[in-house]
Amino acid sequence: MTHAPAQVSYLDDGHTLRSWLLTTDHKRIAILYIVAITFFFFAGGFAAFLIRYNLSSPNGLIGSAETYNRLFSMHGILMVWFFLVPAVPVTLGNFLVPLMLGARDLAFPRLNLLSWYLFLAAGLVALYAIVIGGVDTGWTFYTPLTSFYSKGHVVAAVAAIFIAGFSSIATGLNFIVTIHKLRAPGMTWYKMPVFLWSLYATSVILVLATPVLAMTLLLLVFERIFGIGVFDPAIGGDPLLFQHLFWFYSHPAVYVMILPGFGVISEIIPAFSRKELFGYKFVVWASIAIAVIGFLVWGHHMFVAGTSLYSALVFSLLSYMVAVPSAIKVFNWIGTMHKGYIRFDAPMLYAIGFIGLFTTGGLTGLFLAALAADVHLTQTYFVVAHFHYVMVGGMVSAYFAGLHFWWPKITGRLYPEMWGRAGAIIIFVGFNLTFFPQFLLGYLGMPRRYFAYPPHFEALNLLSSSGALILAVGYILPLGYLAWSLFYGERAPANPWGATGLEWTTPSPPPTENFPVTPIVTQAPYQYRQAVAVER
Amino acid sequence: MSGYFPSATAEGREIDFLILALTLVSCAVLALVFALIFLYMVRYRAESDAYRGAPGRKTWRFEISWTAATLTVFFVLFIWGGDLYVRLFQPPADALQIYVVGKQWMWKVEHQGGQREINALHIPINRSIQLVMTSEDVIHDFSVPAFRIKHDVLPGRYESLWFQVETPGTFELFCTQLCGVGHYSMTGVVVALTQPEFETWLSGAAPSGERDDMAAAGKALFTAHGCSGCHGENGVGGSPATTGVSAPALAGLFGRLVKLQTGATVTADEKFLRDCILTPDKTRIAGYPQIMPSFSGQISEEDVLRLIAHIKSLRSGSRT
Repeated sequence: MTHAPAQVSYLDDGHTLRSWLLTTDHKRIAILYIVAITFFFFAGGFAAFLIRYNLSSPNGLIGSAETYNRLFSMHGILMVWFFLVPAVPVTLGNFLVPLMLGARDLAFPRLNLLSWYLFLAAGLVALYAIVIGGVDTGWTFYTPLTSFYSKGHVVAAVAAIFIAGFSSIATGLNFIVTIHKLRAPGMTWYKMPVFLWSLYATSVILVLATPVLAMTLLLLVFERIFGIGVFDPAIGGDPLLFQHLFWFYSHPAVYVMILPGFGVISEIIPAFSRKELFGYKFVVWASIAIAVIGFLVWGHHMFVAGTSLYSALVFSLLSYMVAVPSAIKVFNWIGTMHKGYIRFDAPMLYAIGFIGLFTTGGLTGLFLAALAADVHLTQTYFVVAHFHYVMVGGMVSAYFAGLHFWWPKITGRLYPEMWGRAGAIIIFVGFNLTFFPQFLLGYLGMPRRYFAYPPHFEALNLLSSSGALILAVGYILPLGYLAWSLFYGERAPANPWGATGLEWTTPSPPPTENFPVTPIVTQAPYQYRQAVAVER
Repeated sequence: MSGYFPSATAEGREIDFLILALTLVSCAVLALVFALIFLYMVRYRAESDAYRGAPGRKTWRFEISWTAATLTVFFVLFIWGGDLYVRLFQPPADALQIYVVGKQWMWKVEHQGGQREINALHIPINRSIQLVMTSEDVIHDFSVPAFRIKHDVLPGRYESLWFQVETPGTFELFCTQLCGVGHYSMTGVVVALTQPEFETWLSGAAPSGERDDMAAAGKALFTAHGCSGCHGENGVGGSPATTGVSAPALAGLFGRLVKLQTGATVTADEKFLRDCILTPDKTRIAGYPQIMPSFSGQISEEDVLRLIAHIKSLRSGSRT
């Protein structure tokens, strides 16, 4: 074995457990993260499945309300902090940021590894909290229920989220510094792919908002353990203060959960339309606008919570403002397809599904931003459906789109295309069947987080639960064929999609060093017209 | 349960109209998005020979058009929703007040006449009803989907909700803020009756002699808890000459402006009176020494409401 080190793929650069667990290679850390978040996705998904099982009968099928409350709390906590927030940044982001920039690695490779260990530690604490009994407070931890009344293991669950937050901050910081300092020669800001801009905006939110969550959770623990009155009015606290602080983090966190998805879609639509991204600068600045305005809309979670009427008016207006950049993006993606040469490989099917589901999620957000309509719809299944359309229909679709798109680059293998397309279609159908009925349930007044419900809600709940069965098949399917492709998939060429972007100029899978020679960037991104000219 | 459509309140029908408008806007946008995607998927599929021409350059005209269109539609929706919301949460002055206390996991209701009910609320139709709501423990939420309204019920605060029902009937009541294990069971009914039926119900629910009305019950508490010792019988106020200490007059106080030691001026509403009873340190009245003890933890939320009902009943005319 005497070949040059630059030719060794990162996957073959050491096969010991140690070479994986102590790696500082961003690509290997991305793989470690993929393994971890896949586990949490299916753990959270299993809880969701039991929730839908319970709700397929008005009296509840899993026996106890306490179990039910713990299930939906576990579902929320695992899905938000252990899947959605990290999903794209720590997997695709970790893998692609240096490759797209033309860099050797992230700015702080060891910090990157540390962030994975923090995430792992947080995940273990979360699992510990679940195994010893879990929490019954929902992922929102509203006080004073959480202060003293809940009998669940609030402190353990909160500790898990607290630790996971540091992992987020480390990743965000790493990305910001990397994008500022490690761009290849010629890679100016406006030559960066939109995926990098999206991750940059995401990282800014992670670094600025996560500490607020950490402080809030710390205050909550002080109150619960030491009885220091912060949130519970019985000991001198303010019950709404927690909601303000929590949503000051958690609303920007909603954009952490969707902005990277925008980035993925902005790469895939041009690649499969063989056309440059329509309105590049508008898409870029829409991401930045979302990150900034996203910090100023937290009050829209509290329109019936007892805040002032006039503050609600301001938050409503700002909520409409933050929806404008999202609308701009949708129109630009459609503009990209116009006069393209569109192919329908699995990543594109997921991306088109994303546009439909995200647009539905966004439009139903307008209902909730309209103050009077929110009064009726908030805290019902309408809200549940709305944020699942954005988070699951949107972000999970985007994650799957990206995973399929970059799968050949990451693994060096092609996934089976027909299975990929089937999976995308099954997920789209199953998703709509699961969550569309919930809009109707919400309008009819069915409250969230009910273990049992009046019988007149049964038909729609049954429909939703049957959709969940299809959705479960849709999510398990990729697990099967992607795993299969690792061993039996066709070897991938460097650029199977004929896509632009530096990551496609290096072999699949890339060598540990990423690029034998540092690339020099001369072109704007998404120059697909030339590629089309060559193909024809 | 009574019919869900149309909503039993005028405001509910207005909310439905807003939701209908939002639905139409959403459907129009979705139809546009899906139509364009399907059109392009067919017309510009890689295999098609449709004419593509040179790529367009001036994208900013499109950007500005759809941004402006989006902003305009959003602004209309904002004004519409905001205007209705402000009206939705400003009770008319003549509303009939009913008191609601939430606790894990039941709704306790008390009418001014002292009639009490659990997980049920009887109201007359065609009359503005204002609920004054508080919680004994965690945050709950009083939600009546048939009226299209809800509001959180907070411990340590009074929140209010008002509505005017036009059709008699029985409507579902839900708690819609997660309040613990029994959250799903914290439900009840709102029964809307015609005025004569309501009066019959009121007299049936409070057999004479068995229960005082809220103000009268409050009067007994006013003496029992020693309030009258400083504030005087009938809340006429105290001075070193009469009761031995300076204490503000309570008769006629409700609804008036009160000056605090901090220099602030506040309206003496239910929230203010509650704070004065439970956390007097935080509501020091200008011109009086702060010697009133806190009654926090010593009086139940329902008794606080009865004391307030008593204070509200004290006319300034009874001042000596």
